[in-house]
Amino acid sequence: MNQPAQILLDGLNPSDPNDWRLKNYEQREGYAALRKILSEKIPPEKVIEEVKKSALRGRGGAGFPTGLKWSFMPKQYEGDKYLVCNSDEGEPGTFKDRDIMRYNPHMLIEGMLIGAYAMGIKAGYNYVHGEIWDVYERMEEAVDEARAAGYLGDNILDSDFSFQLYNHHGYGAYICGEETALLESLEGKKGQPRFKPPFPASFGLYGKPTTINNTETFASVPWIIRHGGDKFLQLGKPNNGGTKIFSVSGHVNKPGNYEVPLGTPFAALLEMAGGMRGGRKLKGCIPGGSSMPVLPGDVMMQTDMDYDSIAKAGSFLGSGAVIIMDDTTCMVRALERLSYFYYEESCGQCTPCREGTGWLYRIVHRIETGKGRMEDLDLLNNLADNIQGRTICALGDAAAMPVRAMIQHFRDEFAYHVEHKKCLV
Amino acid sequence: MLSAESLKKIDYELTKYPADQKQSAVMSALAIAQDEKGWLTTETMDFVAEYLDMPSIAVYEVATFYTMYNLQPIGKYKITVCTNLPCALSGANEAVAHFREKLGIGFNETTTDGKFTLKEGECMGACGDAPVLLVNNKRMCSFMSNDKIDQLLEDLSK
Repeated sequence: MNQPAQILLDGLNPSDPNDWRLKNYEQREGYAALRKILSEKIPPEKVIEEVKKSALRGRGGAGFPTGLKWSFMPKQYEGDKYLVCNSDEGEPGTFKDRDIMRYNPHMLIEGMLIGAYAMGIKAGYNYVHGEIWDVYERMEEAVDEARAAGYLGDNILDSDFSFQLYNHHGYGAYICGEETALLESLEGKKGQPRFKPPFPASFGLYGKPTTINNTETFASVPWIIRHGGDKFLQLGKPNNGGTKIFSVSGHVNKPGNYEVPLGTPFAALLEMAGGMRGGRKLKGCIPGGSSMPVLPGDVMMQTDMDYDSIAKAGSFLGSGAVIIMDDTTCMVRALERLSYFYYEESCGQCTPCREGTGWLYRIVHRIETGKGRMEDLDLLNNLADNIQGRTICALGDAAAMPVRAMIQHFRDEFAYHVEHKKCLV
Repeated sequence: MLSAESLKKIDYELTKYPADQKQSAVMSALAIAQDEKGWLTTETMDFVAEYLDMPSIAVYEVATFYTMYNLQPIGKYKITVCTNLPCALSGANEAVAHFREKLGIGFNETTTDGKFTLKEGECMGACGDAPVLLVNNKRMCSFMSNDKIDQLLEDLSK
């Protein structure tokens, strides 16, 4: 296969402090896709068609087909429409968008420009996670560069296409990664998710039609336009087009971001990350960010890294955050920390989540501290059932899924904690 | 109430949003105010409310919802350590233990000289760099071994 295995991080030199700049990006064929669209006057629906062909799926966690999402935007709408990039990356284990923005910010800008062109949008916002101030500043500089070079603003590259892009800095709320909470936050309010429907495509930012995509999703688009949707699809596997950045964290020798074609075996990814720290045994892996069900090590070793394979194995690819846990990990303690996180981050709007996440945390905490009862294991499952699917947004599901999976796969360890009031490991 | 420099920064943020949506700048306005004042008093929040034509209560709602705003007096350096699962697997709790020992304080406490406040953080989106911490919301420090923590505290103590 002589196609490149990498798209998003291809040809980057992170040790060169200026490699992110516009000039360097142009040398990597940057803005060629935008130029092609504008000079050949490719009709917007053709652009969406190409993205559909690529089988690009939302990289933020949900895996929704991007081209389809773009086609939901009303075409004949006369008023303002908005494009929003969700760079509020705070799903534990996920740190890919940070690298795209600090090493390749113009790829994101170009992807947003193409999306704006395809959907007839004139203004957009990039919502950057609160804790990464230096990355926000990098994006501000990159937007300034693009504006000065005529890639952003009015009559871009002397065409009749105009697009303004602004960065918005978050200030510490996991929930704002949920798209409607993010919109509320952009409007200067508490980040509490909205009921859907109406979906953002009909009622989004300031009540206007809005499309929200993840950073990595937008950044994949320029390559798709340059090389064609079919090529992108071929890089991955059917229904799972392209490459994906996996953020590997936890008990590996070389934690970090690894961009590989979708469908790459997990074992190969683990090897790229330097293998297990200290040569220890893989006990469990959360393959898609902390909200996704944990899988036992032996199941993971047989799984390929794409949406459909991981779903078949019993979890989800999610944001592509691969959390590796070796045989020294206490799964009760691991779950206790995750449950605390969802308790801490629940926005408080829906009762099952606001109250339920506290219950979950307190029960796992009492098991961890040797005060658990055997019936707590079923009580946890019962609680998870009463949260999941009963809240406005997916945070409730995100709190419930890890609990259920941990008890399903490591029930003996939880029972040992209750019986012996200490860890198995 | 806020310095001319801070107001200039807020005015820049206001250019990002439609003229009738000034409230969208409230998050950055509060962050800018906090950078100047250290923490957000009711008076500061009221000033921001007036500046952005918002009801004060709407500003309080935002300030109390997002965790990076300081609503109480705080040490000169706020050190927020992420202890979420991926970081915990790579030494975050050991880093916290080292801070506790060196500074003699726990989470949400400030050293008696008013220099350092220790905070527990949630995911900062930098799990590959664990242990990770933030100094005053803006400076991210990666791979914080005990030696690097000692060095950081020494630099900040100067």
